[in-house]
Amino acid sequence: MDASTHPARGGWNSLARNYEARIARGHALVGGKVVPADRTTALLEAVIEPGDRICIEGNNQKHADFLARALAEAAPERVHDLHVVQSNIALAPHLDIFESGIARRLDFCYAGPQGLRLAQLVAAGKVEVGAIHTYLELYGRYFTDLTPRVSLIAAEAADRDGNLYTGPNTEDTPAIVEATAFRSGVLIAQVNRIVDKVPRVDVPGDWVNYVVEAPKPHYIEPIFTRDPAAITDIQVLMAMMVIRGIYEKYGVTRLNHGIGFDTAAIELILPTYAEELGLRGKICRYMSVNPCPTLIPAIESGFIDAIHCAGSELGMERYVSERSDVFFIGRDGTMRSNRVYCQLAGHYADLFIGSTLQIDLEGNSSTATHARITGFGGAPNFGSESRGRRHGSPAWLAAGREAHRQGMPRGRKLVVQMVETFKEGLSPTFVERLDAWDLMDTFNMPLPPVMVYGDDLTHIVTEEGIANLLLCDSLAERAQAIRAVAGYTEVGRKRDRQMVEMLRARGAVVYPEDIGVDKRLASRDLLAARSIKDLVRWSDGLYAPPARFRNW
Amino acid sequence: MERLEFRFAGRPGTPVAETGEALVGVVGSGNLEVMIERVDLGGGCLAVVDTSIHGFGDTWQQVLADFVDRRGLANIRLSINDGGATPAVVVLRLDQAWAGLEEGER
Amino acid sequence: MIPARHSFQEAGARARIRALLDAGTFREFCGPAQRHTSPHLPTLGMPVAFDEGVVVGEGAIDGRPVLIAAQEGAFMGGAVGEVHGAKITGLIERALDTRPDAVVLLLDSGGVRLHEANAGLIAVGEIQRAVFDARAAGIPVVTVIGGRNGCYGGTSIIARSCDRIIASEEGRLSVSGPEVIEAVEGVEEFDAQDRALVWRTMGAKHRRLIGEIDALVADDMEAFRGAVSESLGKSRPLDLDELEAEHARLAERLARFEGVSDAREIWAALGVNDPDRVSEIEADEFNRLVATLEGARA
Repeated sequence: MDASTHPARGGWNSLARNYEARIARGHALVGGKVVPADRTTALLEAVIEPGDRICIEGNNQKHADFLARALAEAAPERVHDLHVVQSNIALAPHLDIFESGIARRLDFCYAGPQGLRLAQLVAAGKVEVGAIHTYLELYGRYFTDLTPRVSLIAAEAADRDGNLYTGPNTEDTPAIVEATAFRSGVLIAQVNRIVDKVPRVDVPGDWVNYVVEAPKPHYIEPIFTRDPAAITDIQVLMAMMVIRGIYEKYGVTRLNHGIGFDTAAIELILPTYAEELGLRGKICRYMSVNPCPTLIPAIESGFIDAIHCAGSELGMERYVSERSDVFFIGRDGTMRSNRVYCQLAGHYADLFIGSTLQIDLEGNSSTATHARITGFGGAPNFGSESRGRRHGSPAWLAAGREAHRQGMPRGRKLVVQMVETFKEGLSPTFVERLDAWDLMDTFNMPLPPVMVYGDDLTHIVTEEGIANLLLCDSLAERAQAIRAVAGYTEVGRKRDRQMVEMLRARGAVVYPEDIGVDKRLASRDLLAARSIKDLVRWSDGLYAPPARFRNW
Repeated sequence: MERLEFRFAGRPGTPVAETGEALVGVVGSGNLEVMIERVDLGGGCLAVVDTSIHGFGDTWQQVLADFVDRRGLANIRLSINDGGATPAVVVLRLDQAWAGLEEGER
Repeated sequence: MIPARHSFQEAGARARIRALLDAGTFREFCGPAQRHTSPHLPTLGMPVAFDEGVVVGEGAIDGRPVLIAAQEGAFMGGAVGEVHGAKITGLIERALDTRPDAVVLLLDSGGVRLHEANAGLIAVGEIQRAVFDARAAGIPVVTVIGGRNGCYGGTSIIARSCDRIIASEEGRLSVSGPEVIEAVEGVEEFDAQDRALVWRTMGAKHRRLIGEIDALVADDMEAFRGAVSESLGKSRPLDLDELEAEHARLAERLARFEGVSDAREIWAALGVNDPDRVSEIEADEFNRLVATLEGARA
């Protein structure tokens, strides 16, 4: 068949022809790759077509904020009914474009601080949600049915040929660029500075159509900095239980940590508690995690061999650069992060540990709260059994022996939730029914937004003890094991003491004294660093915390 | 503020061995102070709780009853000023208060 | 591994007293079991503290008798209420009878407890008067600042009425707090979220460099204990000459630095070679810097 006369779509290369037309319009306007900042909105109006799928790069941390604002200023008569496909909805302009009609449909992953406004716009019919994804799902769909026609991305620097240097916060850029550039899409990058030669080429210039030097550096949020001063004695107790009851028991060496204070407590007692137990070199050697400052003492004391990062963290740049044995560092001396690869690594690790807001009696957990749409981010992928895994490791095999006691022997990824029985304000973590059910009804979702499903979960750690769900033989036993560690919540108070004792004898319920955890030691004194200043000291002055975290 | 009072049987008839007191914790959001004192209560125990969060009488009853039971207490008065602490924090402070009382008597 | 410190900032009021005094010497006055609590807070539906947020008593440091008060910063931000203030006033007045080698005030406070309004304000005035009475009688009064609240409002006035101030670099000393200045003058004038700016402006290093505190120590109990011990028995004259000299010094300082917009400019003018590093250096290096500057001036 003649390529130019394909019956259904006007040829085999219609996307490419459409791309050429867009670029021709763009070049007519700006004449070359480098676009003056004040021509940005005009350029966007020229290359974006009504109904386009577009990505405004919004990662966990790095945001194409200037381009987002420039798009919000476009004329809705020219640019309208866009379908936004991007991971994070974090800035006001991300939603302004829905209010003004520039955009209509939304596929996304996470909406942290904009969750409330997003919910209101959905209720008002201004936003049609296609689906709420995890990062891997959304980027997977970039390579199937949700490929962007135009992507607005952010980088640290560009040269005049459009070669981009993304700096430590590479994050999602490679995935966005790859999908867009190789399916006849248009790539527009905002950069902090245009230079003669970029320190390293993260994105080749011939993939990039336009480069804008933004008036202000792109916005980066320091979201992974946890001040050790805010870690409580109870979190230390839970961290001790995780180390003895899970890391030591299974010999966990490859893992992914969540980013809360609970997991920060684990990181901060590795150089003290775990060191004293002789666990250095035996646990926590390879991590898929952002460069959280609370990892510094564990790195410095030789616990951690390697860390691959989904993103970076403000203030950690120099420290990370000076630890190239541990982090993934370019020839230029700065880190390259990559969210998709980090998720991949975490997916096939031995363990995920995170925290959540609510857990039900099947072990399903959710961070959904009323009146907000927050989304999923990366936790559902990190926190799921990797059924496609085939290679063995001691931890995976040990967990597999507990999970598959009959039939075909298999391994099992450890998926752990670490929660206190009550949140601040005395709202219980353990509930009979997740708020996620109400959220599904309110926002017409296809399913309740569950972060980690009960059948993916293997352990729940609370200040009371550990529920090992692998050793529960029925849903009834699972519910009792969960009640056993649910403390004074209503769920906990309804436990059947006899059944709990039976489960405890089997190891499905473990209390601190059962694993040699001395509760009297559970205090902040065990933390290798108790302040941000201590972290700076551990780093030998290489960590430069953002001003808001300082008290000196 | 809500005032709650609980009496526990303890070990009836136990004579008062000595006097003493200990104070742990600080009243603040999500935190509490616990004063533990040895007083003659005929072997029983008494807890007086002033809390800024209403409606958790049942939970306090259980937490305190478990504490008295677990430690086998007699002639103990617990006075608590609470700024909305979780049971986990309450249990921690009760244990610390008891440790402080015993330490003071060594 | 960084050396483990016994942090002053981390500790509560009672633990601070225990760590500063010789073991077993502390005797508390008006202890929690006596329940001298605020009469005002319950009427506002607020929780009280059995010790009213301040621990007072007597003990010894290196065998020398002291009276000591410690504000509990975690209770209402260490704010001074009527009973809280009365406990401190009573303690300082006791010095006239027992003549200790010092009265030591561990201040950790945002100032007056607004819930108690005038009663709190009067309490601050009474403490200040008691400080001057003790000093006039030749008993040194030493302020120690190292808690999370710093030393603000009325308590900052008390601090500056004492013979000496010892602080860690985490300590802050100022009449108005960062949020107050931002609220009144606007965020362009003072961004309270910019904590580096807050510490440059109100932090102990700046106060030490401009001569408002006398000793800067690491946030470590032993360091505080050593500095307090060195202050025992050392009075500063309190008379008209002294006061006039101080006023003259302040007038000169104002004239010299009136147009300055950032503390680093002051530090540079005082002879600091690398003002940007001042915030980063540890206490011992900072004290070497101060010694060099003082040597150059002498």
